[in-house]
Amino acid sequence: MLLAMKIKIAITAAALASPVALTVAPVASVGHSTADSAITLIAARPFQYRMAGDFSRDGKPAEAPLREARLSGDVKIMTSQVTSREYAHCVDDGGCPRIPRAPEMADRPVVGVSWRDATAYAEWITNKTGVLHRLPTDEEWVFAAGEKARDEALPLADPVDPAQAWIARYEAEANRVRPLAFDPQPIGTFGRNENGLDDIGGNVWEWTNTCFLRMMLEQTGAAQVTNTNCGVRVVQGAHRTYMTDFIRDPRTGGCAAGVPPANLGFRLIVDAQLPAFYRIVEEVALKLRAKL
Amino acid sequence: MTFNGSMPAPMMVVHEGDYVEVTLVNPEANTMPHNVDFHSATGGLGGGALTHVNPGEQVVLRWKATRTGTFVYHCAPEGMIPWHVVSGMHGTVMVLPRDGLKNREGKPLRYDRVYYIGENDLYVPKDANGKYKSYDTPGEAFADTTEVMRKLIPTHVVFNGKVGALTGKNAMTAKVGETVMIVHSQANRDTRPHLIGGHGDYVWETGKFINPPEKDLETWFIRGGSAGAALYTFRQPGIYAYVNHNLIEAVELGASAHFKVEGEWNNDLMKQVKPPGPILPGKSSAADAVVQTR
Repeated sequence: MLLAMKIKIAITAAALASPVALTVAPVASVGHSTADSAITLIAARPFQYRMAGDFSRDGKPAEAPLREARLSGDVKIMTSQVTSREYAHCVDDGGCPRIPRAPEMADRPVVGVSWRDATAYAEWITNKTGVLHRLPTDEEWVFAAGEKARDEALPLADPVDPAQAWIARYEAEANRVRPLAFDPQPIGTFGRNENGLDDIGGNVWEWTNTCFLRMMLEQTGAAQVTNTNCGVRVVQGAHRTYMTDFIRDPRTGGCAAGVPPANLGFRLIVDAQLPAFYRIVEEVALKLRAKL
Repeated sequence: MTFNGSMPAPMMVVHEGDYVEVTLVNPEANTMPHNVDFHSATGGLGGGALTHVNPGEQVVLRWKATRTGTFVYHCAPEGMIPWHVVSGMHGTVMVLPRDGLKNREGKPLRYDRVYYIGENDLYVPKDANGKYKSYDTPGEAFADTTEVMRKLIPTHVVFNGKVGALTGKNAMTAKVGETVMIVHSQANRDTRPHLIGGHGDYVWETGKFINPPEKDLETWFIRGGSAGAALYTFRQPGIYAYVNHNLIEAVELGASAHFKVEGEWNNDLMKQVKPPGPILPGKSSAADAVVQTR
């Protein structure tokens, strides 16, 4: 019992710290698999990436630089979003909070989940399968989304006349194509991307692990973080946005003038191999269990 | 259920002393009797007693606009008045003074355009799974809807019929320096309009123009069963939200509209002196905020 707790804490801490760094050299199957979800392997290759967050240069809002990126390893990610049925297993097992809205469409993506709920699910399924599951980083999501990732550069506010950019942003947001249906749809409704992933950019936005950053661009082009807010995470889908981690139902109105995501859901990265310390702990646990 | 197919029903603009002749047609395809009660009319239950029409009938009513102001009108058939009203059968009559609108000192008040906002509280029944129900005929919805209505908690509070009717591509527009009149009508329930980032320069909270308008309001109160009017001259460009400042109703239930205002930013009225950045040493407490005076 105590041992399991320690494993959980170790994995949680590691997942929060720097997920990409966790990927240790290729492969060797751990011998477990997630019960329901199909997994897609996407081989690492260069891609274009614009960092999430607020950027400034000389005290004025600036666009984040678009740069060539390459992840440290291949990406193993769920082919489709986690379904209500899958999430319900976690709830029944005591691993996930019961979400207020009754999931009546069991085989459709679970929606109305917060970052905290999604993280609880990742921890639960990690413990259940012995395979590290976690939310993707924004960078990983953009890579996996491929041509369906939307690099939407919204107009920047000029401090001398902030209203012009504000109006332009408002119009750009109003012109976004809204999903025809708000209810989650059957898996595959929104098509498959070139990497083989279902429903990227459909009517369910996906949580990522990336925290909201405020960054200052220096003359050299280097970005310096001036503020990190991990209470707000990057949400990805038909457009990129930022959400406070306990929000389950994105909505707008009143002061908030933008168009919010239709639904919040998630899919998980499945790490090819667990970090060495975990495997040792797991082996010990298995041996202990065998003795009992 | 609507008059002329819209929520709210059309605004009729007339002048003090006018005779208003209204033909109410209840098409044959309908299933229920209807009538109309004009709050601006005198006698006969506002016309309700003289305008009962069954499906396949029409009636003509004439009434005299004896007093000025913005007034609600609504359907009021026996046994189901609130149901017809909250289903959308309500509109506004604006009776303008012959010599125009005036401020407290009797000086004329002008406006460039009028926006008409009809706020509607809706009580839509849900099934066992929490899904909103739909019905083949209005009659089938009556019992369930009444049950929801009697709990007095609306499922939706919306401007002009639905969430988004006055936002995004449908946002109201104005230019800096322009004066808009906002007529806000609520036939059933109290509301408290507020223009975020603006004010009510001149507000006839009760909607009756013979009373001097109040000045410089932050939020005004429209009693259920009345319509009010507010004048505002935009001084700053940008996006303004016009909300029912019961913010739960604005954000959770839908009572939000937006103004998109073009023009030049006025740094004297507002300026972001320093953009968000790290907290400076010694300034970490909110208590040491400084107000600069001269």
